Amino acid sequence: MMTIGLTHYLVVAAILFTLGIAGIILNRKNIIIILMSVELILLSVNLNFVAFSAELGDLTGQVFALFVLTVAAAEAAIGLAILVTFYRNRGSIAVDDINSMKG
Amino acid sequence: MAAVFFYLFSAVLIASAFAVISARNPVHSVLFLILAFCNGAGLFLLQGAEFLAMILIVVYVGAVAVLFLFVVMMLDVDFAELKQGFQKYLPAGIAVGVVVLAELGFVAVNWKSAPSAQEAAASPILAHVTNTAALGQILYTKYVIFFQVSALVLLTAMIGAIVLTLRHRPNVKRQKIEEQNSRTAKNVVELKKVPSRAGV
Repeated sequence: MMTIGLTHYLVVAAILFTLGIAGIILNRKNIIIILMSVELILLSVNLNFVAFSAELGDLTGQVFALFVLTVAAAEAAIGLAILVTFYRNRGSIAVDDINSMKG
Repeated sequence: MAAVFFYLFSAVLIASAFAVISARNPVHSVLFLILAFCNGAGLFLLQGAEFLAMILIVVYVGAVAVLFLFVVMMLDVDFAELKQGFQKYLPAGIAVGVVVLAELGFVAVNWKSAPSAQEAAASPILAHVTNTAALGQILYTKYVIFFQVSALVLLTAMIGAIVLTLRHRPNVKRQKIEEQNSRTAKNVVELKKVPSRAGV
């Protein structure tokens, strides 16, 4: 059994990132899936940070991943709040309908 | 043994990430997202980032994914209609995916770390300190400003989410505290002289 190194984690994170990007393009109409794809992308970024942190023996990567988690949580909360408000006003969450910027 | 768990976690992670973007029902997408986060936490554990793994479970599975679940179930949307463009966007999605994956794969395989990178570590991982304690020791000292700023980010997000979703319905009875506080016995209690055997 070959040992698992940094490259393995980088490849997994790259595949995850690609799936996130593809999810944004494929589900262009459904904003909930787009938000979930963004979460997948951020998870892959965190995976890279932790992989490099473990490889280089440096905790800074994990601290940065912690901050990424914070920002991702805030982003999800705000995004979903905007989504709920938008649904209340327009009765739809299709991205095509989001074309007015009236307050 | 670690290799077996690595392949298990990453296979389930990638499969569930694929299911997130391709599931027909958004509720299934959210549940697969939870599965993806659990396996991501497993990968973190394999690398010794125990605190981050637990945070991923607590914050993501416990809060963010459940928030997604709430919103998906709260919104009464015809998701089949939103799914319609899937076939149309499939070639573009696959094309972009292949390009991005090729680039990232090229980078991920052809890397080389400088020999001085190990010595240049800003905050080296010590063997005798647990992961959580070590993170706390640098988070509250070296990165305390960033820690406070991230707290501010969360506060802003909290206030923003409340402000965005709060609405005052006109016909709902509410407590009016200033009126309650300005009540005195003089203008509320009325003394009546009741004549005997006549009622009020």
